[in-house]
Amino acid sequence: MKALLAALLLIGVLLLLNGVFSGSLIPGVSISPYVLQILCLAGINIILAVSLNLINGFTGQFSIGHAGFMGIGAYASAWITVTFGERILSALAFLPTLVRDSLLLLASLVVGAALAAVAGFLVGVPSLRLRGDYLAIVTLGFGEIIRVFILNIDAIGGARGLSGIPRLANFFWIYLFASVTIFVVYRVVRSSFGRTLIAIREDEIAAEAMGVNTTRSKVISFVVSSAMAGVAGGLFAHYLMYLHTNSFTFIKSIEIIIMIVIGGLGSITGSVLGAFLFIGLTEGLREFSQYRMIVFSLLLIVIMIVRPQGILGHREFGSFFARKRRRPPIDARTPPAIET
Amino acid sequence: MALLDLDGVTMRFGGLVAVNALELHVEPGQLYGLIGPNGAGKTTVFNVITGVYAPTGGSVKFDGQEIAGDRTVRITRRGIARTFQNIRLFGDMTVLDNVKVAFHCRQAATMTSAVTRSPTHRNEEARVEKEGRELLRIFKLEGLADEAARNLPYGSQRRLEIARAMATSPRLLLLDEPAAGMNPQEANELMDLIRWVRDQFGMAVLLVEHNMKVVMGISQTVHVLDYGATIAVGPPAQIQSDPKVIEAYLGGA
Repeated sequence: MKALLAALLLIGVLLLLNGVFSGSLIPGVSISPYVLQILCLAGINIILAVSLNLINGFTGQFSIGHAGFMGIGAYASAWITVTFGERILSALAFLPTLVRDSLLLLASLVVGAALAAVAGFLVGVPSLRLRGDYLAIVTLGFGEIIRVFILNIDAIGGARGLSGIPRLANFFWIYLFASVTIFVVYRVVRSSFGRTLIAIREDEIAAEAMGVNTTRSKVISFVVSSAMAGVAGGLFAHYLMYLHTNSFTFIKSIEIIIMIVIGGLGSITGSVLGAFLFIGLTEGLREFSQYRMIVFSLLLIVIMIVRPQGILGHREFGSFFARKRRRPPIDARTPPAIET
Repeated sequence: MALLDLDGVTMRFGGLVAVNALELHVEPGQLYGLIGPNGAGKTTVFNVITGVYAPTGGSVKFDGQEIAGDRTVRITRRGIARTFQNIRLFGDMTVLDNVKVAFHCRQAATMTSAVTRSPTHRNEEARVEKEGRELLRIFKLEGLADEAARNLPYGSQRRLEIARAMATSPRLLLLDEPAAGMNPQEANELMDLIRWVRDQFGMAVLLVEHNMKVVMGISQTVHVLDYGATIAVGPPAQIQSDPKVIEAYLGGA
């Protein structure tokens, strides 16, 4: 009951903000389209960062192919609306336009997420046996394979890119899905299953010895993370109305990693903060665009020196304000005697 | 038929024979000590039993079923739990969460139930919370439940490793040098604890330990390895006076 109320409240607030921002609710009141677009792209980045954090931050498996799964979701869902959109809409002609558009968007996102999840499964099963650097290299390779593969399918535009995608996504949808992503990841990491993920991050051998099916846990978290990236891709496609594989290069994967590293691996609020900071800096430095990457590199170096665990580290934003629980002092014993 | 039967287990690493035709039988509820000089193959035996290595020869039977070469996680679920010689706790997790992870393999929790927070999931979480705290109380760690495991003093980390292994409800507990780095007082407490836990939960304990006071103090049977081969098996008193054991430890005259 409480959960339902909270969900309705969230939807209401998002609809209200959507109306105010786009100027359709109060005449004469709106924010500039430029700012609105940045907010929307930030929302998509939140989905990407939080979902990547599930695999990189909580499970501790360093994946750098997230843009590939985003690309699959983007192209799959865009292909659905471009190819079948008209037919689906005319079949649903008895419904009001808003409902029809929403259903079409949801259907396309489901397909995008499903395909990204399947790709995540196919990539995850063989590669999650690898650890550390090896996994990073394999996921990087897979991410690029996915991109080149899409680039060579003529039915979805190939090198021309895919255009004519209807603008079905807006501030409301993007932030609704960002909220869902945050909610799901939050609940997963605070569950019995989530504890197995963190245990894998801390010590995989010990986790296996304590009865955690590490392969299974890793693959599930990878698949869930990929599906969420697929949703982000679908929203991206239906917001910008044009797709090109250049949006899904490994640079995009690196950008998502920068967001979660800045915010703190293993912190959901950190990822949200990182996503906003990243896009804020990108836009703020637009005038000096040729120096932008220099500033980013310097920022990363400074953060890694000053705060290697990221701004929030493993903690969540709220925990810094939470009343510090009184803990009994750790008994400081004498150092162990040397046995002979 | 014993609880754990190792018959002719051999483990070769290239030309090195780490364990040679080992016969080892642990009865249910038995306290079994495995000792030997450094490099005798004790930890290799542990790694063979827990499925880290598949033995190059012989059979490992747990409760009558062949487990040689099985995956570690399956062996744990069958009822064998272990601790590690070099402590392997989940350092950044709290003490309580360390124990809760080990409960997972006896839970029905899935990812979907975690997202929906179904009543089953909540009941199970409540049960795990209660049983986890109970285990910590037994191991005198209840005051440290919310502390990160890495911040614990050494002796407490060793106790937490045993508590965590207990959470998987084992019928056989493998302890790899549980008294390492403990002072005599802590080692004594540990002996009492191992005995108490064995009586309370009725599982067998296979113990690798260099602290002779501990091994001789609690083991019913002591098994001595040297260069991968058995040199003596018997009750502690008999082992202590065995000339071959003395020679292995002190060198021939």
